[in-house]
Amino acid sequence: MDYSKDEYLRIMELAADFEANPNQTLLDGKVVASLFFEPSTRTRLSFETAINRLGGRIIGFSDSNSSSVTKGETLHDTIRMVSNYADLIVMRHPLEGSARYAAEISGVPVINAGDGANQHPTQTLLDMYSIIKTQKTLDNLNIFMVGDLKYGRTVHSLLMAVSQFNNPIFNFIAPEELQMPEEYKIYLREKKIRYFEHREFSDIISAADIVYMTRVQKERFSDPIEYEKVKNVYILTNSMLANTKPNMRILHPLPRVNEIHPDVDQNEKAYYFDQARNGVFTREAIIAHTLNLK
Amino acid sequence: MKDPIKKKLKLKVSAISEGTVIDHIPSENLFKVISILKLDKTKNMITFGANLDSEKMGAKAIIKISNKFFEDDDINKIALIAPNAKLNIIRDYEVVEKKVVKVPDEVIGIVKCFNPKCITNNEPVTTSFRVISKLPLALKCLYCEKITHENQIVIKKSSE
Repeated sequence: MDYSKDEYLRIMELAADFEANPNQTLLDGKVVASLFFEPSTRTRLSFETAINRLGGRIIGFSDSNSSSVTKGETLHDTIRMVSNYADLIVMRHPLEGSARYAAEISGVPVINAGDGANQHPTQTLLDMYSIIKTQKTLDNLNIFMVGDLKYGRTVHSLLMAVSQFNNPIFNFIAPEELQMPEEYKIYLREKKIRYFEHREFSDIISAADIVYMTRVQKERFSDPIEYEKVKNVYILTNSMLANTKPNMRILHPLPRVNEIHPDVDQNEKAYYFDQARNGVFTREAIIAHTLNLK
Repeated sequence: MKDPIKKKLKLKVSAISEGTVIDHIPSENLFKVISILKLDKTKNMITFGANLDSEKMGAKAIIKISNKFFEDDDINKIALIAPNAKLNIIRDYEVVEKKVVKVPDEVIGIVKCFNPKCITNNEPVTTSFRVISKLPLALKCLYCEKITHENQIVIKKSSE
């Protein structure tokens, strides 16, 4: 995904339009292939809801066990075949770069619903939509990213996207083993974007406009003792939100495990379930934009 | 050629009247160079020598191809494995032009992506990289977007 600032804003505008009026029959008579080579319930249901709300029909599979991959078919052949049937392909695949490759060989547009650890652009766009909706702007924001900043592709893509806008500040809160990779910090320094790194939560959270939480997964640690040391350090509780800004909102790509205490859910600053709802409108916008329907 | 030792070395591989001499190839990469330039498929007369003494490199290889003149884009493909290679363009037994190889801005095929989870290592896809640094070499995969660094570079076999 290499969207320009204007394209981001165009998608945001379309998403707002679909939120106001979700059922628009733009895909009437069209067939969309939903190819999930690995399971991802949330992303698939969100896409399929978007397609249904646009009046399209869906073909596809929800994991590779129910496709011809089990017979040894290559991605190349699957895409060549499906692109003869459908008007659009939505694809989730465990291999990195698979979406770009599929787009090269497909006769119809391909939307990347996640290609391994590489990209998950529709998640980034729904995160951006959630930010602009709650903050009314994508400029001058102080964004806190918390948890697994090393392997979390959502935080990397969001960082790149928000960096297109004016004057952001980033605060990274992560254990030593899972800190933001150097390549992203170099990128920020080159763009003269301010960022600060922290090892744990503190009062600095009172400066945040957005707190973006992620899961700290046990399997990411080479040393299990290191995991035990940090596993309870990155948990957000309601009492920590007392001195935060009124406009501050908490985002999380979900699913969460224990990193956001359930007592936060009732706080008006908890935005993660609304964020998931925004996914449908954003995906309607992406489909309409991709097929030039709007 | 005033140095008699160098002159003797030259004569180990017979001279050509028209064509290209590629000198200063690392010996261990001779056959990769032949493969990348598709010299194994050509009908031109080719002579080569490997493990020749070189003051600069220890052991070097040399290839002489008769009646063949390369485009820069083609010859630059070998820069990844023979960065110090020098080309002598021969007309009527005389060197009429000397060229050095340059690392190109894009590398198509030739190199494997180091990321085992990249689609190019799992399906028959031609690799494609943007060169983000020439010294030391760093290649960014067009597909998985991961960076293959100089010490990770593996040249694809011609069958891959």
